[in-house]
Amino acid sequence: MRNYLLRDVSPLGDGTTDVLLADGVIAAIGADAEAKAGENPVIIDGTGLVLLPGLVDLHTHLREPGREDAETVRTGTRAAAMGGFTAVHAMANTSPTQDTAGVVEQVWRLGRDAGWVDVRPVGAVTVGLEGERLAELGAMAESAAAVRVFSDDGKCVYDPVLMRRALEYVKAFDGVIAQHAQEPRLTEGAQMHEGVVSAELGLPGWPAVAEEAIIARDVLLAEHVGSRLHVCHLSTAGSVEIIRWAKSRGIDVTAEVTPHHLILTDELARGYDPVFKVNPPLRTQRDVEAVREGLADGTIDIVATDHAPHTREDKDCEWGAAAFGMTGLETALSVVQETMVDTGRLTWADVARVMSTAPARIGRVSDHGRPIAVGEPANLVLVDPAIRRVVVPEEQATMGANSPFRGRELAGCVIATWLRGRATVMDGSACDESVVVSS
Amino acid sequence: MRHLLSTADLSLADAVRILDTAGSMAATQAREIKKLPTLRGRTVVNLFFEDSTRTRISFETAAKRLSADVINFSAKGSSVSKGESLKDTALTLQAMGADAVVIRHHASGAPHTLATNGWTHGSVINAGDGMHQHPTQALLDAYTLRRHLMGPGDVTGRDLAGLRVAIVGDVLHSRVARSNVHLLHTLGAEVTLVAPPTLVPVGVGAWPARVSYHLDAVIADEKPDAVMMLRVQRERMSSAGGGFFPSPLEYTRRYGLDARRLDALPDHAIVLHPGPMNRGLEISADAADSPRAVIVEQVANGVAVRMAVLYLLLAGSDAPAGTISDEAKVNA
Amino acid sequence: MSPAVPTENDETVADDDAGNVVLGAPEIARALTRIAHEILERNKGGADVVLLGIPTRGLPLARRLAERLIAVEPGLHASQLVGSLDVTMYRDDLAHHPTRTIGETDIPGTGLDGKVVVLVDDVLYSGRTIRAALDAISDLGRPRAVQLAALVDRGHRELPIRADYVGKNLPTSTGERVRVLLQECDGRDAVLIEGGAR
Repeated sequence: MRNYLLRDVSPLGDGTTDVLLADGVIAAIGADAEAKAGENPVIIDGTGLVLLPGLVDLHTHLREPGREDAETVRTGTRAAAMGGFTAVHAMANTSPTQDTAGVVEQVWRLGRDAGWVDVRPVGAVTVGLEGERLAELGAMAESAAAVRVFSDDGKCVYDPVLMRRALEYVKAFDGVIAQHAQEPRLTEGAQMHEGVVSAELGLPGWPAVAEEAIIARDVLLAEHVGSRLHVCHLSTAGSVEIIRWAKSRGIDVTAEVTPHHLILTDELARGYDPVFKVNPPLRTQRDVEAVREGLADGTIDIVATDHAPHTREDKDCEWGAAAFGMTGLETALSVVQETMVDTGRLTWADVARVMSTAPARIGRVSDHGRPIAVGEPANLVLVDPAIRRVVVPEEQATMGANSPFRGRELAGCVIATWLRGRATVMDGSACDESVVVSS
Repeated sequence: MRHLLSTADLSLADAVRILDTAGSMAATQAREIKKLPTLRGRTVVNLFFEDSTRTRISFETAAKRLSADVINFSAKGSSVSKGESLKDTALTLQAMGADAVVIRHHASGAPHTLATNGWTHGSVINAGDGMHQHPTQALLDAYTLRRHLMGPGDVTGRDLAGLRVAIVGDVLHSRVARSNVHLLHTLGAEVTLVAPPTLVPVGVGAWPARVSYHLDAVIADEKPDAVMMLRVQRERMSSAGGGFFPSPLEYTRRYGLDARRLDALPDHAIVLHPGPMNRGLEISADAADSPRAVIVEQVANGVAVRMAVLYLLLAGSDAPAGTISDEAKVNA
Repeated sequence: MSPAVPTENDETVADDDAGNVVLGAPEIARALTRIAHEILERNKGGADVVLLGIPTRGLPLARRLAERLIAVEPGLHASQLVGSLDVTMYRDDLAHHPTRTIGETDIPGTGLDGKVVVLVDDVLYSGRTIRAALDAISDLGRPRAVQLAALVDRGHRELPIRADYVGKNLPTSTGERVRVLLQECDGRDAVLIEGGAR
């Protein structure tokens, strides 16, 4: 493994210094970095570049096993590395479902073998995501995959008794239930946000209340049983209000927002292009403003991608027949920069918090989301905020072409990513050879 | 105009031009020889993913009266029921040389998708998509309204300024209502939607229409020039816990057009219904069969309106670009 | 509309006299009077005659001819003598032009069966409009005979069609445009030639 000497980089966007990566850790910072660099280090001119802890995604769909035609662990984690991530949580809605120790270990191993990022499988809360009986949460927690996040994402744990039991049960191993908040009866056949646009387009609506009602119930349940709760991809102004209220009461709840809910609105459905079909749906400008506000003031803890690659045939059809979801790993940081940093609402240190430190803490991922300090694992990402690039899904590492940002210019670009001191991305390109060497 | 996808896309000039052209077409349909050579050599495909014998026959008649070749492609019993995608169906029809595709689809936006994805080079005519739009229905309604209420005499060139139209029933699920709200507004009419609150979409506030929950009050206060009754699907009331109203009887009592309400309408007012009717539910036999009901005439006008749309989309060299109104200016 | 494509009913109206006036109002009036007499003479009176004007400018010409016929034979009634025949939907060149607005077809109540139909148009050029008109007539009835009156015959026929009554033969090149202006449509009477080879 080579040593990397980063000259004049800006850790967390605050000041400039030299940083030396050696032996998988941050070996030196400041004046002695140069001295300790040893022979023949890779020297990177970090002028104008921001160094952040490697990003941690709490919400990724890698599709393997089952839908390897849409994405594999290898392609999805390569995309993650390209987006600046060093750890991702692989959602449980695979086929077979990640509801047993065997399946989560399989996914964990696939991730380890691919070597692009640390893959932390998410365990299903209920068997087959069917919402009827608890999956073997303990077995998944004790498996090699050491699952700490449990979610039926894509489906809501709707039964209040089952939700209560799940919240209680995972306390035994410091787990967390990540709820996909969607009242099923209020969203039967739902295709997009229910409002002015759905009324005109004649698409069955997905009302904000269907999300907010479940979040309200769940924070009260979490308070009652003294458990921690994580709310996936909240999307409405009302949800932000409820989380703000819950936190003010001291309820142990965390919340995430996706990059797309920070920037896109339901107006985009007007062209009936299914690339904008996602669950929860794109909401109104007022909701976009509210989730930005919530992220800025700390009500929303993290940004998570909900990266959901789909095959072309699942999107190249009429809206009603199309699958829900959009890709996001390779555009997430840019969207956060554009909507939050460039607007002055978050500092780069805040970005490190919402995209690395906090998600690592929620997922109990050790060695990630750490401070940039000597001796810490070298899980890092180097970003050039000044570059602007046009999104071309076909040029991305993900197999999914369903980026809602196709053709759109976004701010910022990942220059390099290191996983335990090994570069997975360098000069904006994936380091395929080094992966082959290491695995 | 290249496609007809939504009445929201039509300007006032577009709409009046279609109605005027429909008038010309209707005049030819009173003759002994109804067939015109206008679209000889053009191919019109009726692509129906949803059963609708009436609409299909109306389009088929319109196309045949203009001498176009008609291919009927019904999803039932075809490759579509074996899982073929809309895209592949469209590419197949394209390969067969369709100049126009008349599409009926259960998914809102399917005609839009067909028209904008390059799957067909022909014109796309929306014959009803999900809960979204059914533009030719609204055009035939407007044509019928204009003929009866904007006369006497020649109504060519006229809009519907000042007319008051009540649209009554299941607005939530109705593409007919959506199409009519836009078109009638564009033509200058005032629209009042009358429905139980459960059958009015969230977001209706942005529509250019008033909303009332009380049919009797609308009849008494607004004295509508026309009442358009929407079909209520029986399955809408049955699902336990999700029914949109308590019982057919209650619906009929509150929102049905019966003899009493018919009498309360202004003397000149007419009654429309897109068909097929649920007699005894949204409309009583008295109302349906009264001389003021123009429901059968709507069917005849449907052929003329569809002939007009086919003519305007297919006849000229300008079909791929420009709009109806652009060409109206050139020829004025 | 592209001027390169020959059209018989060129409806563009210009404000200025870009071209040469070849017929003025008095000449047009004299030509119509002559044609009216020729129609009566050839058909031994106006009893069975129906004048069908082809919109746009054929229709006012037909009406003017009808006035002249009635002036000679006061027993004739305009309502039975004159009608309008739109040929748009019978044209074979629809696909080569922007979408045309369909004009009015108004056949006198007595119908066309057994009548002598005189088609009236402003300019006779390729003959395609008249071909379309003959098809339209055959869908409307079975006249005893069909005749053709044109204010201007500019030549360049593409079909075996000739006029029975001509106001003025006007030799032109295909590059030129002939425009007929009528009081009813354009505010004044004139026939102009524009453009063409110099």
